[in-house]
Amino acid sequence: MPDPGSYNGGAVVAMTGKNCVAIASDKRIGIQMQTIGFEFSKVFPVTDKSYVGLPGLATDTQTLYANMYKLREEREIEPRTLSNMIASTLYEKRWGPFFVEPLVAGLDKNNQPFICGMDSIGCSTETCDFVVGGTSQENLYGICENEPEDLFETISQSLLCAVDRDCLAGWGAVVHVITPERVITRTLKARMD
Amino acid sequence: MDLFVNQFKDSYYADDVENLFNDEFDASKEFSLPILELPACENPVEFMKAHDFKFDHGTTTLAFKFHGGVVVCVDSRASSGSYIATHSVKKVIEINPYLLGTMAGGAADCMFWERELAAASKLLANIVYRYKGYGLSMGTMVTGWDKTVNSDGSRLKGDLFSVGSGSLFAYGVLDNGFDYDMSVQDALELGRRSVYHAAHRDSASGGTLNLYHVKESGWDFIGGYDFDDLHWEYQDQPKPRITENVQPMLNIQA
Repeated sequence: MPDPGSYNGGAVVAMTGKNCVAIASDKRIGIQMQTIGFEFSKVFPVTDKSYVGLPGLATDTQTLYANMYKLREEREIEPRTLSNMIASTLYEKRWGPFFVEPLVAGLDKNNQPFICGMDSIGCSTETCDFVVGGTSQENLYGICENEPEDLFETISQSLLCAVDRDCLAGWGAVVHVITPERVITRTLKARMD
Repeated sequence: MDLFVNQFKDSYYADDVENLFNDEFDASKEFSLPILELPACENPVEFMKAHDFKFDHGTTTLAFKFHGGVVVCVDSRASSGSYIATHSVKKVIEINPYLLGTMAGGAADCMFWERELAAASKLLANIVYRYKGYGLSMGTMVTGWDKTVNSDGSRLKGDLFSVGSGSLFAYGVLDNGFDYDMSVQDALELGRRSVYHAAHRDSASGGTLNLYHVKESGWDFIGGYDFDDLHWEYQDQPKPRITENVQPMLNIQA
């Protein structure tokens, strides 16, 4: 049985800046070493200022996001509350978990950055600089340990460098920079091999 | 250690190229092949099976024969598991001015044994056979002006071969465009396209593409092409109409 965590491949990274956060993912979907699609972003908007990244097994990425859609309330949810909600959703499946390691990135009601990552059964860790997830995790750790000055540039370069060293991620990338005023979404040109 | 060094002390390249085309040449007498130390245990084959060593793997290599000679085309990625170890591996080994060898599978295995391949491909097949079951992993093609041989323990001769994890993708493009009477330009482009498509879909292939043309006067290195550049170049080109020279199918209106 192949490892579900690296079956489809993928990379997600979130970073904080001054009054802003960014979250980015690659766009590959594959079946082990065979690439089958190039438009599979793993980052989804939940509210105007909160995004969630769901790297892992693609079927669980979709299922979990569909669940979240159903759970949506008609009011803004704080990113911290959102991460708690995802964590408890994951723990409900303690003995048969979704094979995803979600990342949450957003601005709270005071426009303070919030990012956190968690494991597949909902153990979340809040950090103040960056969180990483997916098959390029180790590569991202090495590269992200820098001072983020220009957030877009830093997160883009970090992600691209990491996926260039990972067989199972890449083939394009997408970056969302969340600022108090608006969300800037850009797609990146990446190596296609 | 001295014993090991002595084996490689004399350069036998220059002389043997001449001997190669001489009827009196007997490879088995001329070469003493290195014999490697095996795991010191009762059953070395079982030992290698039990220990799943993670070596560099994964490749697309291709070679085909056409009226203008042989086209050899390979990628340059070495991966260890899902980690990309490097994007600059030389997978074509320039044996002598007339012979090329390609590497697929275990990088170290190919590198070591093909260095020993100064004579002929049959020799390689014998070496590989001796170590059968010990987990040697190599898919090697040897091409020269008048022979194309593919060997992965067995030895095959043919017009068109592709070896490695991306070979299936390459075969698709190759079979689609192959014509024995094609021009040199077309043949080189076909080789390039086949390996490009393999690198695009196969995660274990990528980096840069190395292209060779073998002809009567020996081989020519045509060039190295970054797969990323190739992708955006091909992306902008109009796609060929595949129904152009085909009888229209029943029930389908054009």
